[in-house]
Amino acid sequence: MGLNDFWFLLIAVLWTGYFFLEGFDFGVGILTRLLARDRTERRVLINIIGPVWDGNEVWLLTAAGAMFAAFPIWYATFFSAFYLLLVIALLLLIVRVLSFEYRHQRSEESWQRNWELVLFVSSLLLPFLWGVMFADMVHGVPINSQQDFAGSFGDLLTWWGLLGGLAFTAVCTLHGAVFTALKTEGDIRVRARALATKAGVATVLLGGGFLAWIQVERGTVWTAVAFAVAVVGLLGTLVMNAKGREGWAFSFNGIAIAAVVAAIFLALVPNVMPSSLNDAWNLTIDNTSSGPYTLKVMTWVAGIMTPLVLLYQGWTYWVFRKRLSTSHIPAEAH
Amino acid sequence: MDPTTVALAPETLARWQFGITTVYHFLFVPLTISLAALTAGLETAWVRTGKEKYFHATKFWGKLFLINIAIGVATGLVQEFQFGMNWSDYSKFVGDVFGAPLAMEALIAFFFESTFIGLWIFGWDKLPKKIHCACMWMVSIGTLASAYFILAANSWMQHPVGYEIDKQTGVARLNDIWHVLFQNTAVVQFTHTVSSAFLTGGAFMIGISSLLLWKIKKQKDAGEQVDRKRTVTLRSSLRIGLVTAMIAGVLVALSGDQLAKVMFKQQPMKMAAAEALWDTECPAPFSIFAVGNVNKGHNSVEIELPGLLSFLADDNFTSCVPGIHETAKAEAEKYGGSPNDYIPNIFVTFWGFRLMIGIGLTAAVAAGAGFWLTRKKRWLLPEHRRGEDEIPKLMLTNKKELGPTVTKWGWRVGMASLVFPFIANSIGWIFTEMGRQPWAVFGLFRTADSVSPGVSQTEMAISLTVLTLLYAVLFWINVRLMKKYALKGPDTDEEPPTKDPKLRGPSGGDSDDDDADKPLTFAY
Ligand code: HDD
Ligand code: HEM
Ligand code: HEM
Repeated sequence: MGLNDFWFLLIAVLWTGYFFLEGFDFGVGILTRLLARDRTERRVLINIIGPVWDGNEVWLLTAAGAMFAAFPIWYATFFSAFYLLLVIALLLLIVRVLSFEYRHQRSEESWQRNWELVLFVSSLLLPFLWGVMFADMVHGVPINSQQDFAGSFGDLLTWWGLLGGLAFTAVCTLHGAVFTALKTEGDIRVRARALATKAGVATVLLGGGFLAWIQVERGTVWTAVAFAVAVVGLLGTLVMNAKGREGWAFSFNGIAIAAVVAAIFLALVPNVMPSSLNDAWNLTIDNTSSGPYTLKVMTWVAGIMTPLVLLYQGWTYWVFRKRLSTSHIPAEAH
Repeated sequence: MDPTTVALAPETLARWQFGITTVYHFLFVPLTISLAALTAGLETAWVRTGKEKYFHATKFWGKLFLINIAIGVATGLVQEFQFGMNWSDYSKFVGDVFGAPLAMEALIAFFFESTFIGLWIFGWDKLPKKIHCACMWMVSIGTLASAYFILAANSWMQHPVGYEIDKQTGVARLNDIWHVLFQNTAVVQFTHTVSSAFLTGGAFMIGISSLLLWKIKKQKDAGEQVDRKRTVTLRSSLRIGLVTAMIAGVLVALSGDQLAKVMFKQQPMKMAAAEALWDTECPAPFSIFAVGNVNKGHNSVEIELPGLLSFLADDNFTSCVPGIHETAKAEAEKYGGSPNDYIPNIFVTFWGFRLMIGIGLTAAVAAGAGFWLTRKKRWLLPEHRRGEDEIPKLMLTNKKELGPTVTKWGWRVGMASLVFPFIANSIGWIFTEMGRQPWAVFGLFRTADSVSPGVSQTEMAISLTVLTLLYAVLFWINVRLMKKYALKGPDTDEEPPTKDPKLRGPSGGDSDDDDADKPLTFAY
């Protein structure tokens, strides 16, 4: 395995970290409409991710930064190909950050309601957009011999993109429901479990469909293994959730998410972004990567920093390990 | 090409978008950098002395810090994606070198900053005081590290080092990371930018403290009851702001001088453009003001300080500074094309350089004056000394107070000084980046070659429009929120926590938690 293969793997890990962590953030955001009955319940939901969403989002920045450093051409073509989708994603990411930080700064009803709406909409659409982009990336988009995107916005609106988008949204909803059950107490916890079952069924259908599509499109033995692991993970989530073993349900769903991301990246190998015009123009692990020196430097940095990051982010989850219920929410927001 | 084609060319749109979004991001960044450190300092003062005023100051400035950082973070996301989205050819060319500091920034700085800020916001009743305070220091370190890495990346664009050009692919390949991270351009640029960040934060504290103290003074003059604790807190804040801005002002000037010398060696055109010095002069003057069209090749009326430009550039009042014509000719010989291709926008660089220095240092000078006027006991006669809980008199000498009109203006200058550094920061960057044109990476890669070929004009126009509109709306919301909390002032009713939470181990369990069902002290 060369250093560029290793970095391909690491980037897959970073995206897994992003979807695992921000995945439940998105899900919890979606639950503010699907589950919460009143403002206090919405605030319970917002506050179980309050201390951690910011750190979770940095996994996205790191994944993008790592692509830039290790595979500049992949980074350049990916980000310019999905231009308008990314513009929408950026708008949503921006307002989502502010919905956390600004909602409680004023007590007017309309102000709070609007930011809650922003949180819901952005949490719902962001996983969808990522799903579209990843499905398109697996299938391939028009890339010319110059390694540049040569299509138009219309080329990105595909039925597999739609399927990928729905699958990502479903799995994030499930993840959020399982996380909520794990982090809350009382009535809301019970209802979160019930919702997780429903979301789980939807995820089995949509996620299963998406993985089946990957298998047909670019399947290998390895993607089949990932498919199988994802199925086991999802079923495990449903069973454990039904039994009320929330920690286990959350872990199983984590495995399912990791398996979905793994299936995507395994389907790509040895490419990073296939061209739908001509196989000779595929962006590959070899023809897009940085030089060996840069990869070596970045390997040192990642080798030292990643364990540290896991350590202090883990500590944060431990500090805020206590379950929340409506009785923990102070009357005044500030 | 006719002007409308140029005005709507993808390159032009991409440059506008990058300029608008980056300058916008950088409105919030300097305040984040400085307020993180100042808040951490205030909290340390509280933990160490137990004085209530420091607790209230921590909460107050911390709150404004949080409102500010939210927008900084949100707009930073755009920055990270934009290189790939709008400048894909640039990213392909430089990624090998330029991507490294950016990835390091995320891995080392952003994780640090974002994780510890969550702990700080929600940790008031979960973490022991000292650890809570340490979290803010971590945030501060994170902001400084993030500034360092991004500025190292930018310095590489100003002065590329530590790379070679790949013979096969023609892209830049990193071969010395230490050189990229620690070249003198990066070190000096960092020093200058961080000093100007502290000038910004200092002036921010001065501005808001002055405003609130002035309001209290008016209430008092009208015979109303005033909150003593609030005066105490704000008076300390004012002093801290004054000292910070004053020291930072000196450092900004010293580091700016260093930066000018570095720039003169590395980008002589920028130095000539900064003075609109069309023809080589030995020694070269620095004009404070010019009337007439600086684009015309000579200025009609100027107020000049003889030899100063020579000194700024080369530490010597008599050195020659090559003019724009000569530099452009040299570049054209070296890189091909006509000399005109190498002349940046002289109007912007000339005025940008002056305004950055003038407007920015005005705040520093005002801080110095304020520091003298509001000084405490030692230099005042006993009858002019005022207690901690009283609004300071503005004292010119040890027995002469400023007259009422001048006093009023003194406080007003204090309030106004808040905006100066923000303007100076933006202008400074516009000068730096536009002065580098036509290069994206100086001497290596042109801006015109940087744009994404796969992105259409329509797409760029859409993104430019929506981002600008969204940013305008957010600006308004942000300023309103800031104003609301700034005018509210420190919340002196809030009691500092009496007991110091213990950090319980996983085995300790939550059973000994006597207030398990108590509402959180802070919740979104
Ligand atoms: C409050 C803000 C402020 C103030 C008072 C000053 N500067 Fe500055 N200056 C900046 C804020 C700034 C900045 C916004 O932070 C820049 C943009 C890029 C950079 O590194 O810092 C900058 C850039 C910048 C550059 C361009 C560097 C380059 O293009 O590579 C030079 C030569 C100077 N400054 C010099 C000075 C001098 C000689 C000053 C006063 C004596 C001065 N600056 C005051
Ligand atoms: C590491 C930090 C930075 C990097 C890597 C960077 C990079 C770039 C790039 C790629 C461009 C577009 C091409 C060009 O016109 O040169 C640009 C232009 C520009 N940047 Fe920067 N920049 C950085 C920091 C900043 C900051 C902090 C500001 C201001 C607050 C800024 C202001 C601008 C402006 C105004 C332009 C437009 C220049 C023009 O159109 O002529 N930049 N910069
Ligand atoms: C054009 C290049 C730039 C890029 C790509 C960039 C990227 C980012 C990103 C992604 C964030 C959000 C981090 C988070 O989620 O926690 C951010 C925030 C920040 N950036 Fe930038 N940035 C740029 C320019 C600058 C410059 C020139 C500085 C400093 C001199 C700077 C200093 C900071 C700081 C201190 C923060 C922390 C939060 C805040 O801004 O309020 N950035 N930046």
